[in-house]
Amino acid sequence: MIGATGPDHGRTSVPHSIDAAFTALPLRALADAALARARALGAEHADFRLERIRSASWRLRDAKPSGGSDTTDLGYAVRVVHGGSWGFASGVDLTMDAAAKVASQAVAMAKLSAQVIKAAGSDERVELADEPVHADRTWISAYDVNPFEVPDAEKAALLADWSSRLLAADGVAHVDASLLAVHENKFYADTAGTSTTQQRVRIHPQLTAVAVNGTTGEFDSMRTIAPPAGRGWEYLTGTGWDWNSELEQIPGLLAEKMRAPSVEAGRYDLVVDPSNLWLTIHESIGHATELDRALGYEAAYAGTSFATFDQLGKLKYGSSIMNVTGDRTAEHGLATVGFDDEGVQAQSWDLVKDGTLVGYQLDRRIAKLTGLGRSNGCAFADSPGHVPVQRMANVSLQPDPGGLSTEDLIGGVERGIYVVGDRSWSIDMQRYNFQFTGQRFFRIENGKLAGQLRDVAYQATTTDFWGSMEKVGGPQTYVLGGAFNCGKAQPGQVAAVSHGCPSALFRDVNILNTTQEAGR
Amino acid sequence: MSSTNRITKPHEIVERALELSTADGCVVIADEGSSANLRWAGNALTTNGVTRSRTLTVIATVDGKEGTASGVVSRSAVTAEDLEPLVRAAEAAARGAGPAEDAQPLVTGVPAAPDFTDAPAETSSAVFADFAPALGEAFARAREGGRELYGFANHELVSTYVGTSTGLRLRHDQPNGTLELNAKSPDRQRSAWAGRSTRDFKDVDPTVLDAELAVRLGWAERKIDLPAGRYETLLPPTAVADLLIYQMWSAAARDAVEGRTVFSKPGGGTRLGEKLSGLPLSLRSDPNAPGLESAPFVIAHSSGDDASVFDNGLPVPATEWIADGHLNRLSTTRHTAGLTGMQLSPGFGNLILDAGGEKSLEEMVAATERGLLLTCLWYIREVDPATLLLTGLTRDGVYLVENGQVVGEVNNFRFNESPVDLLSRASEAGRTEKTLPREWSDWFTRAAMPALRIPDFNMSSVSKGV
Repeated sequence: MIGATGPDHGRTSVPHSIDAAFTALPLRALADAALARARALGAEHADFRLERIRSASWRLRDAKPSGGSDTTDLGYAVRVVHGGSWGFASGVDLTMDAAAKVASQAVAMAKLSAQVIKAAGSDERVELADEPVHADRTWISAYDVNPFEVPDAEKAALLADWSSRLLAADGVAHVDASLLAVHENKFYADTAGTSTTQQRVRIHPQLTAVAVNGTTGEFDSMRTIAPPAGRGWEYLTGTGWDWNSELEQIPGLLAEKMRAPSVEAGRYDLVVDPSNLWLTIHESIGHATELDRALGYEAAYAGTSFATFDQLGKLKYGSSIMNVTGDRTAEHGLATVGFDDEGVQAQSWDLVKDGTLVGYQLDRRIAKLTGLGRSNGCAFADSPGHVPVQRMANVSLQPDPGGLSTEDLIGGVERGIYVVGDRSWSIDMQRYNFQFTGQRFFRIENGKLAGQLRDVAYQATTTDFWGSMEKVGGPQTYVLGGAFNCGKAQPGQVAAVSHGCPSALFRDVNILNTTQEAGR
Repeated sequence: MSSTNRITKPHEIVERALELSTADGCVVIADEGSSANLRWAGNALTTNGVTRSRTLTVIATVDGKEGTASGVVSRSAVTAEDLEPLVRAAEAAARGAGPAEDAQPLVTGVPAAPDFTDAPAETSSAVFADFAPALGEAFARAREGGRELYGFANHELVSTYVGTSTGLRLRHDQPNGTLELNAKSPDRQRSAWAGRSTRDFKDVDPTVLDAELAVRLGWAERKIDLPAGRYETLLPPTAVADLLIYQMWSAAARDAVEGRTVFSKPGGGTRLGEKLSGLPLSLRSDPNAPGLESAPFVIAHSSGDDASVFDNGLPVPATEWIADGHLNRLSTTRHTAGLTGMQLSPGFGNLILDAGGEKSLEEMVAATERGLLLTCLWYIREVDPATLLLTGLTRDGVYLVENGQVVGEVNNFRFNESPVDLLSRASEAGRTEKTLPREWSDWFTRAAMPALRIPDFNMSSVSKGV
């Protein structure tokens, strides 16, 4: 979106304390009971994680409440390495006896694993990369106002007001509004002596306007492109996003989209806005550079990766202007933490440097297994009932320090399409073949926007696409996008993750007409 | 905090929460869960776990001048001290929410479950007592046979207790087991998959599945490159299930009436009664379907487009969504049934497609002159709600069939297809059998489907992923 307000870099977030109701729980005592039992049963390593995650949603349909929920998940997990095998168990009873019993169950699961491994004739042993001890550390994400301290009535009123503004516009038949908010507390302790207490807040408001042509039956929608953010209630009241500006533009954009011509399938130059490109980065770089995937540990479910370990330092991922980082430290990032779920301190590192694959996302086991040294802090569990798995950091495409504005990128295109906002996404199990749609597609003619197009999808192979990136925009185009719901692992887990990127110019990309694809 | 302050019996928690309620209406849902899982990669276990969970959901309803409001608050690990704050939080949420659009009188008149006061059902790692050694044996055989096995076995059991201020006392125990087995050649250039749903892991044997996958990896030793295009294709039951589950998720009556789904009729109204397929297809759900049993009453933890918290406890009847190839029902809550004038058709816990076919997939292959045989579909996402165009990819084996025989493995493809259109173009349906929907197995596992023959499946582009 040209002219949208980007991240607010100048504002300092209000300092907070860890929620006293969380620290009042018997965190240390439960951890001591569990870790002592695990040690007594012969565990080589044990870690204890107690979490309280409050997640709430508010939904409105045509400005009227249509559902909501407020869920708090409280429990703890014990994970052990015993006899060279993993064991995991979780519980909800906040007593020392129960915590010790859960530790015993985790050891029993490790023994069961060892039996199966032995029956298979394998000699594989779990070992963890070293990590400095971080004793009694606390970390709190950057936000001003905890959304759970804002009265529900105030939230509903704001969403109803925004919905009503859209409904009042010509051509808007329906409006769906939703707000998701999460307040997450974690306590971690392990047998090496690390103990951390953390608090994170995140929020995701979203509005969708729908237009219906009663005569033809055609319908379409236009959704806000404001990304979810590691911020508090202030995100809805002027910090980090200009909601008034975006809501004002949507009815006109939707009306224009309803009148827009269907795209002619073929090859086009694309200027991709950060509101769309973040998701392409997520799917084609973020997941592809998870080393557990590349090694096969996700193979049966989400798949593997074309970026195999033997290609580290060699694989030409994209054009030479492509620089991608993994980052657990970005302010307001959804995957930003102080320490991961294995007690590893948050870091920032290169994944793609000058177009070449130079790094992966790691947890402690994978780091040790591959000889890469220290983990870069990518272990995460989405609930106390789940084992930590290797999960995505904020994976971001770096802007060109002296790069162009979005308008100037468009100015360099003779015949192309400017893509704004994400919608549909799909990529194969090795992260080669992808297809994405968007919220808004603008035809570019001779360097100028020339109205919207409909029925557009772009389809490419990952390395071809990134190899076709001719220019990346400057820092002034950079936006931190992201999602609450990245799925991975079995049992299935979700994680929130941000992806920053500038606008970028790609040459000669395959465009499909989705109506023709549907056989019409 | 001591263990004595825990209320350990779910029905007592439900009763106590209802007693504490000062709202005009109250629904309490207690979910007691347990699970056990094993995960493996490269012929070795990687992770495992056993879990216990307890979640209490309180839905308070508050009458007002402008209508009835609802507030929904859920908490895990509830203690006696937590109960009153939880009930008050739900009441506060209702007061802060404003009138609920889906407000209805709470359900009455459903007979109490005879086992409402019984302890919850429970699973544990013991469910794998026979399976785990067999898995180890499958690993050893695979290693000897030059295969790598990857996969996941999960068993969970949730006992749900529902009590309402209008007197309902209902309970449902839902076992849910899945086994997914993926075999690869050591160079990972060949891959095959099989999945099963099970209620108790007594009817699945990983060594049998491994043997099936060994045959498929053998088929893949001959590689055949084919370009994008439209091909006669045999969709196996798992792929049919994935596509039709998505279709059902898009079958809310209200959205159709409002003109914003594939089931909306141009110019107004819906496509109810329209012929969707030339085959005598019946698409139905039935809580009592043998082997696919699901909750016989509505369990709604929050309201949405196709669910209402006010409908908790409402009986879920067997429903025929497509009858003899015609669109017969769209999903409704009591609220949206009233809005649309349609029959009440609450959501589905299982899905069964039947066209009376008797052929197995193998027999359909034998009757194919030239076509593609898929294994499964992956990363299915909606491209266009107007046509319900979905995109996704083939995965773990696309085989070329010539003169009734599999002659080799073809490259993978990206597809762009609408399940609604596929039903209209399907030329043959095989025998209906229980299947595990691969793409949606995290959310939906209870399905029985036939294989479908599609004369012109749209393989939009080639995917070189394996």
